[in-house]
Amino acid sequence: MNAKKIKVAKQRKPGKVKKATKFARVMIGRAIMGKANSGLSRVAITGAGTVNALGLNTAQTYEAMREGRCGIGQLDFRDVERLTIRIGGQVQGWKAEDHFNRQQIVLYDKFTQFTLLAAREAVEQSGLIFDGDLGLMSGVILGTAAGGVNTWDENYRTVYEEGKNRVHPFVVPKLMNNAAASHVSMEYGLLGPSFTVATACASSNHAMGLAFNMIRSGSAKVVLTGGSESMLCFGGVKAWEGLRVMSKDACRPFSATRNGMVQGEGAGIFVFEDWDHAVARGADILAEVVGFSMSSDAQDIVMPSAIGAQRAISGAMLDAGMRPEEVGYINAHGTGTAANDKTECAAVAHAFGHHADRLMISSTKSMHGHLIGGTGAVELLACLMALREGVIAPTIGYEEPDPECALDVVPNVARDAQVDAVLSNAFAFGGLNAVLALRKV
Amino acid sequence: MTDNVRARIIRIIADQAMLEPEQVKLDMTPEDVGIDSLGLVRSIFAIEEEFDISVPFNANEPEKSDFDISTMGSIIAAVEKLVADKA
Repeated sequence: MNAKKIKVAKQRKPGKVKKATKFARVMIGRAIMGKANSGLSRVAITGAGTVNALGLNTAQTYEAMREGRCGIGQLDFRDVERLTIRIGGQVQGWKAEDHFNRQQIVLYDKFTQFTLLAAREAVEQSGLIFDGDLGLMSGVILGTAAGGVNTWDENYRTVYEEGKNRVHPFVVPKLMNNAAASHVSMEYGLLGPSFTVATACASSNHAMGLAFNMIRSGSAKVVLTGGSESMLCFGGVKAWEGLRVMSKDACRPFSATRNGMVQGEGAGIFVFEDWDHAVARGADILAEVVGFSMSSDAQDIVMPSAIGAQRAISGAMLDAGMRPEEVGYINAHGTGTAANDKTECAAVAHAFGHHADRLMISSTKSMHGHLIGGTGAVELLACLMALREGVIAPTIGYEEPDPECALDVVPNVARDAQVDAVLSNAFAFGGLNAVLALRKV
Repeated sequence: MTDNVRARIIRIIADQAMLEPEQVKLDMTPEDVGIDSLGLVRSIFAIEEEFDISVPFNANEPEKSDFDISTMGSIIAAVEKLVADKA
């Protein structure tokens, strides 16, 4: 900016500056998000894969969600007896050697292992082979809050606790946040844009939103997207204990008796594909991604803001050209903490007005736990199940209504319902909000 | 010992609230002192470190905890009990 412009800006009256700034912000936002929608590509989801506490694939996960089964149980890892929080949504029966060879396991932290297995399922379902130009026009955008926490934990033990002065040569490539994205790119020969997003509990939603916008703008034809997390180890859970927001017994989102969050682990990976490309090859389209919005509370490093959340919710609908009345289901962030759930309900009430009482909103964290950076990805499965199968995943563990969460939270039992449009919320520590909008095909 | 414990707790809370210890009165609530829920979590951590005790406190349901945080006096009484139980 040159000096003359700065001077002019300073001379403006405060009210005018505010108005002009707001107008500029809306216009820039619309320009970036392409509200005119001219020349923008539509985005199809043509594959889904997962590993989480409810199952080692999407079929097992959908089944558990339909049954309202809880995947949260006693944690099982070294030094768990030194923790006050001993429950979590741990992936059951995980054996890396069932899926990867010895050379691979040396390189793959658990968050990478989960990612690769989920990606395998998603790519298989899509039927895509990334040869020729498609490889050049395809990429990987994943979310993780903390990457290879197990690798950090194990190697800190080695040097601090055991007093050794040497660690394995692959510690860094194993723990880095982009390790999973890089291994997925290598596995499938994806030569286009690949990177990892770290925005705490909103990481996966931010990643999927960016993947959506890259395809929509024509920067990529296919993006493998979603996210993963694996913090269920002594150091990972110990760090969370410090905040005193974890429950010792269960995750009960929206229930008056809720007493905190419960951590999970795993991955959710999706194939986002240019709509015309998917149609041309006769792909089975699982759903259409139609809108995405992000906002920042710019307020507090841990306490959420209803206004910030509401701006992201309304923004996603605006971006999708979706009326609030069209939304039948929202997969909530629904962490089961006192602060999140009431703030989220206030945001939904504000964004939807009277329609807030007619839509369904559930938190599947009650079943698979909070996968932190991977959570939005696994939760998108509940959105696909709603759109594809007409089954709304329940909020289990629900015991008692809370007047501050007076919405239809689909308590305890899954519900058959036809919905045409859904949203998926993610609100991160640091006040970073990311909401996706999907439509039935 | 009681006075000592009390003075040490007040010093911790005053430090968190950026007040002088004399400004912290026993009938004040955390809110009166100017401590929000995060400030409380930090104060409790500091108290645990100071006395080598474990305070049963969940920020999601402070009113249900065995540890009464309603006023400075109740916090001091609860910590004194935990310190005595430890001895």
